[in-house]
Amino acid sequence: MKTLNDVQPGGRVRIRRHLSTGAVRQRLLDLGLMPNVLVTVVRSAPLNDPIEVKLDASNVSLRRREARTIEVSAEETDHV
Amino acid sequence: MSEHASSGHQGVLVALAGQQNAGKSTLFNVLTGARQHVANYPGVTVDKKYGQYADDAGTVHTVDLPGTYSLTSFSLEERVAREFLLDERPDVTVNVVDASNLRRSLHLTLQLLELELPTVLALNMMDVAESNGVRIDKTALAERLGLPVVATVGRKGEGREPLRAAIRAEATRQAAAPTAPPPPVRYGALEPAIVQLIARTAPQAGLDGVPRRWLALQLLQGDAAAAQVLEKRLGSELAGPIREDARRFIEAFESAEGIEVSDHVVACRDRVVETLLDGAVIGADDGRPSVTDRIDRVVLNRWAAPLFLVATVFAIYQVSIVWGYELTTYTWPFLAKLRELIAGVLPSANFLVDPYSRSLGLWLVDSANTLLNYVPIFLILFAAIAIIEDSGYMARIAFILDKILHRFGLHGQSTLPLILGGVFAGGCAVPGVMATKGIPDTRARFATILTVPFMNCLAKVPLYTLLLGIFFVEHKSLMMFYISTMTIIFALLVAKLLTKTVLRGQETSPFVMELPQYHLPTVSGVLRRSFERTWQYIQKVGTVVLAVAVVVFALLHLPGLSAESKAGYEERGQAAVAQFEAALAENSYRDVALGDNLVPLVNYFTDYKRAKLNAAGAAASQRVAEKFETRNPDFYPLVKPPAGDRDAKRAWGALRKLAAARQTLRREMREERITTSILGSIGRGLEPVTQFAGFDWKINVALLSSFAARESSVATLGVLFQQDDDQNATLEERMGAETRAGGATGLLAVSMLLFFALYPPCLATTIMVKVQTGSYKWMLFSIVFPTFLGLGVASAVYSIGTAAGASGITAMSAVYWGAFALLLLVGLLSERQAGRRLRARLSQAGADA
Ligand SMILES: Nc1nc2c(ncn2[C@@H]2O[C@H](COP(=O)(O)OP(=O)(O)OP(=O)(O)O)[C@@H](O)[C@H]2O)c(=O)[nH]1
Ligand SMILES: [Mg+2]
Repeated sequence: MKTLNDVQPGGRVRIRRHLSTGAVRQRLLDLGLMPNVLVTVVRSAPLNDPIEVKLDASNVSLRRREARTIEVSAEETDHV
Repeated sequence: MSEHASSGHQGVLVALAGQQNAGKSTLFNVLTGARQHVANYPGVTVDKKYGQYADDAGTVHTVDLPGTYSLTSFSLEERVAREFLLDERPDVTVNVVDASNLRRSLHLTLQLLELELPTVLALNMMDVAESNGVRIDKTALAERLGLPVVATVGRKGEGREPLRAAIRAEATRQAAAPTAPPPPVRYGALEPAIVQLIARTAPQAGLDGVPRRWLALQLLQGDAAAAQVLEKRLGSELAGPIREDARRFIEAFESAEGIEVSDHVVACRDRVVETLLDGAVIGADDGRPSVTDRIDRVVLNRWAAPLFLVATVFAIYQVSIVWGYELTTYTWPFLAKLRELIAGVLPSANFLVDPYSRSLGLWLVDSANTLLNYVPIFLILFAAIAIIEDSGYMARIAFILDKILHRFGLHGQSTLPLILGGVFAGGCAVPGVMATKGIPDTRARFATILTVPFMNCLAKVPLYTLLLGIFFVEHKSLMMFYISTMTIIFALLVAKLLTKTVLRGQETSPFVMELPQYHLPTVSGVLRRSFERTWQYIQKVGTVVLAVAVVVFALLHLPGLSAESKAGYEERGQAAVAQFEAALAENSYRDVALGDNLVPLVNYFTDYKRAKLNAAGAAASQRVAEKFETRNPDFYPLVKPPAGDRDAKRAWGALRKLAAARQTLRREMREERITTSILGSIGRGLEPVTQFAGFDWKINVALLSSFAARESSVATLGVLFQQDDDQNATLEERMGAETRAGGATGLLAVSMLLFFALYPPCLATTIMVKVQTGSYKWMLFSIVFPTFLGLGVASAVYSIGTAAGASGITAMSAVYWGAFALLLLVGLLSERQAGRRLRARLSQAGADA
């Protein structure tokens, strides 16, 4: 199982499902981290945690601990 | 037409709701002209704010709500917004959306519609959308949503009139014929469950005003707050079975569909959003990196990020604390002049005992002046912080620091409160504690609230400066470095301690935060916020501090001298006067100096001497001479005998002696009064406890009075080590001489510094702690815990230091590096612990799979 935590900066993946529950899951959904959405991992913070991901029109940062609960599909290659 | 449609109640109530950082506060300011915090930092508005404006048809009451990403409450501030919408049911809700991020924003719009709130959509940030190449077909969007849609650019004030008109039209329409909009989203396989739950709740009159479809949806999504609403309105007897039903529906749905309800709900909404946007919004992401991306590439670069951060903090420090302090040398004379003015208006001094109105009046002026002296520093400091917030960099600071802060039980979003509280030097705990409301993690929020007071608030600085000036003249910069960095070390350690102990049971939640696009801060926005936060501070001076100053004054003056010792002083005073009279018996200035003129003459003499001492340079000295000559030409020869006038010279000598005698008497009286005063007794009563920290009763009194406001500590010390009227030695010199005479050492100063750094928050802050934690228990804790901690640390350092014969600077270095080592140790240990827990969890997950 591949999670958002495993994606290297620059990697672009599709969210499959959330393993978190309750308020955390809701927050992730509200910020646009919905199943089927494409996200790009932009960078990790200087101390490696948290990470920053780029969504459609916004950038969101989350800790690795939460990134680990987001299951993603294999890397999508950019169709340029 | 129905112009008076809303005459049934008082005007129209309008709420501004929307996601964080969409520009609600900016539009609120545009609409009402009121002042409201605006910042490019998610969660700036942490409580609702009221304002109003008038249009042709009447008054419109406007409320600015905190940002909410959705109506499922995650943090306290989001709960505020949701409860307002649910309980107050505003006549019109203006849904402010970020036009450059419509897809996410419309999710909230759909939820507002499900809440059956009459809504106007304000498409804000149209300028950003345009520059991103996004084109929005407003008419199509309005038609599809069935809502009035207005384009606005809050920053430039564009779109005010159309928005006001749309609000009015919607209010009028609703008043004429209230209509609930059709449900905006159909939830497919979930619909049967929704319908059945609606059927269960529909007959309950207790739920009037709560849209049933919305409630059903929330219950099905397992929203705890919705369950609470149910419980509160119906009581657990009725609510229980309904919740039980909801739970069954959830289970049935999830096993049948193989997907969680909340995922399903979001997916359905997202499909609706997609059809809404389809064709109505064109353009957008061309894949080119935006300006924000390019800035972040540099600013958040792994190696450069810490440098930028340090540079930013240093810049704040330099600009506000260093330059601000310089600025106070220009503003202080105005405050000093104010004091002179008031001193002139108050009843004048008597020979020995001044009227209370005079001493209390001057006491209050001095207390207020000490605080007002900081105003320039605060203006600059708060402006600098506003620039950082408004530009979007504050969110990046949270991103960079989250790892460290989290390790000690705090949160990335603790950064702003800590900076406001004065991480390095200079801040104020009151706005700091206030700013914690945006932290979604309860445990980290409490830890932040309880550690913000450990920061170096501006009011601690004078005492530090004073002590450094007396005891650490050679090591001033090293000590300054210790003091300005030890606060954060202590705060982190204390946060960790509290998290592991008293805060253990509190809820935690993750750090998930939007990194907003960079904006150029607006001048008006920055000034506005800087003035506002400074004003909060001045209000604190105006109320709490002055009130407490009166109390401290009373505690220092009561019960006053006993009758017999008063008589004793008076006798000695009369003896001095008699001596003066005898000396002038043959003098030609007799009539000028004696009788009713005597007290004014002595006052004149002391005033003159003080003015002379304060006058810098020959020119100023000349001006003083002229001033006093015009003030009273008769007295003048007695304070400045003309050459050759032997009588004047003799009278001057006698006068000088009289003034000196008076001064001695006054000082002795004051000392006796304070020693016997209530506060003095308390201070002495505490000596058995505080002796281990090296504190005598005078220091105790100063520390006690500083609970009112930290500033008072120096003011009180100033009184305790009071200078005589014509003396112009600085407090440093006086205290230094007196304390050193009493055997005080640098070690005592270190003990005081440490105690002061860990000392409980001032009264105003504890009140804010009560407001933010909602409990007196925590307020009490915030006072008691630091007191014991501070006293414990100070005692340990002083006792061990005395036993080891350590000098002040050695003791301070030992404490500092000891704390630093402890910090590293704790940090590394918790990393290993986290690693172990994680491996355990992962292997558990592996076993499950
Ligand atoms: N470019 C642009 N910036 C805007 C506009 N409206 C607001 N801003 C900026 O957006 C940022 C956020 O504005 P706020 O008014 O604080 O947002 P808010 O919705 O009240 O935010 P919270 O209270 O934190 O939820 C500030 O930097 C504003 O100056 C706009 O129309 N265009
Ligand atoms: Mg706001």
